[in-house]
Amino acid sequence: MRPLSESGVMRILRTGMPAGAPIITFKGVSKAYGSKRVLDDVDLEVKRGEVLVILGGSGSGKSVSLRQMNGLEQPDEGEVWVDGEEISHLPEESLVPIRKKVGMLFQSGALFDSMTVFENIAFALREHTSWPEARIAERVAEVLGFVNLGRDVERLLPSSLSGGMRKRVSLARTVALKPEVLLYDEPTTGLDPVTAMTINRLIKDLNERLATTSVVVTHDIVSALFVADRIAFLESGRFVFTGTPEDAKVSDVPDLREFLTAGNTLA
Amino acid sequence: MAPSEYDSTTQYIAVLKEPLWKMARLRRWVGNISFHLGGVALMVRDLLRASREKWETSEILRQMDALGVQSISITNLTALFTGMVLALQTAYALSQFGGKFFVGRIVVLSLTRELGPTLTALMVAARVGSGITAELGTMAVTEQVDALRALGASPIRKLVLPRVLAVTLMLPVLTLLADFIGTVGGLFIAVFELKLGASFYLSTVAQSTGVNDILHGLFKTPFFGFEIAIIGCYNGLNATGGADGVGRATTTAVVIAAIVVLMSDFFLTKLFLVLPLGLK
Repeated sequence: MRPLSESGVMRILRTGMPAGAPIITFKGVSKAYGSKRVLDDVDLEVKRGEVLVILGGSGSGKSVSLRQMNGLEQPDEGEVWVDGEEISHLPEESLVPIRKKVGMLFQSGALFDSMTVFENIAFALREHTSWPEARIAERVAEVLGFVNLGRDVERLLPSSLSGGMRKRVSLARTVALKPEVLLYDEPTTGLDPVTAMTINRLIKDLNERLATTSVVVTHDIVSALFVADRIAFLESGRFVFTGTPEDAKVSDVPDLREFLTAGNTLA
Repeated sequence: MAPSEYDSTTQYIAVLKEPLWKMARLRRWVGNISFHLGGVALMVRDLLRASREKWETSEILRQMDALGVQSISITNLTALFTGMVLALQTAYALSQFGGKFFVGRIVVLSLTRELGPTLTALMVAARVGSGITAELGTMAVTEQVDALRALGASPIRKLVLPRVLAVTLMLPVLTLLADFIGTVGGLFIAVFELKLGASFYLSTVAQSTGVNDILHGLFKTPFFGFEIAIIGCYNGLNATGGADGVGRATTTAVVIAAIVVLMSDFFLTKLFLVLPLGLK
């Protein structure tokens, strides 16, 4: 039997659950906006400890499926299970414990622009813990270290940060509360290739180091193949392929093949 | 030749087209208003729930400064010129009845009972209502509101409650100041334009104003403040479609807030006159 890795041990210690057990499950999830059915009777399992990449074209429902996982949106039909709890019909106030477990990195970073970097990262800690300011400052410095930023950025406002730095600060804010699941919405969109690769490495690194589960929504093939343990390909509101990156490369799903070929050509 | 059946049908359609089109527009307009009112009512319900949780005292104080204290100059300037123009108009319009001797009385009663609260509320709707909608609207379209929710915080408690409380509490203060500054504006005109003595003007002001008159005006202002802030917050949090959407939401918020302030002014005045509150 393969010995458990260090992060595997951490995961069991943190959650009491081994890698491979599902932490997020979609059962027959459907979502429509007006007459447009974005998700159509979707089933999906996200396994504890993996990096699952949801691939798909623009408007295919990738971000909508991600937003179901922390209750930012709720399905019209079906069930969404997170860590053994059905969340699809929970009211906003009952979703707070789920959102502490499931952190989310937004496409634009979504830093609070009236707050400094420090205040942005400290926000969730002040909201959900009764830690003294000294301990909060310690944690802020620690998570900034996770994303390779120093304490010199703490006093800066988001408007004075570059796109890549904003994403990293946003990632630091997301991991400050030690979530079990990290959701990434288009983490490399709008970044130059070098910065995009830095973010890709961070995703892999944090997944290992913090023993989290990650779900990454992207249409960036390079990013997807680099970070993914598994890929789920979304087309016309349904997952038409789920498997490893190696399986994806030899898949006979025509749209996935076309997607990969176009992505590789661009890369 | 007698008109065919087809011709008469098209004639009916042509005649009915305009009223049907107007009815459809009216239905859409009523639908939009109902949707808006329903959304605001739900937000008020959420606000009442959120008010039972821990209050963000420092944020409330910050908003009282940003939305209240920093509005003092604009509301006082409005009141000053309103007082001055009221004095001028009273003196000239009632000149054949010796109007200038009533200047103090008319200025102070008009200001305290009606113009002070209403004009201050309208200026606050323009400055603060638009500011709230633009700020929250920008937060909504840049996913900051979603980020707040994703971090397990309530936008109602974090964003709406401090703003609603700040405007509701600060509008009476701004109105009281405006009443005073407007009366001083009337004094300037009485002394420098109408050549009345300052002591005469001030004594007529003192004789004609009761606590009732001031309270009658002031009691309306927390309602105005609440309306302005909740309409601003609702439109801001529901803004969609980037900068264009935020612009539209801001215009809508200011227009609706101004209309609601003027409408509720009538009903509140009527209510205070009817109820045995001693505010007649």
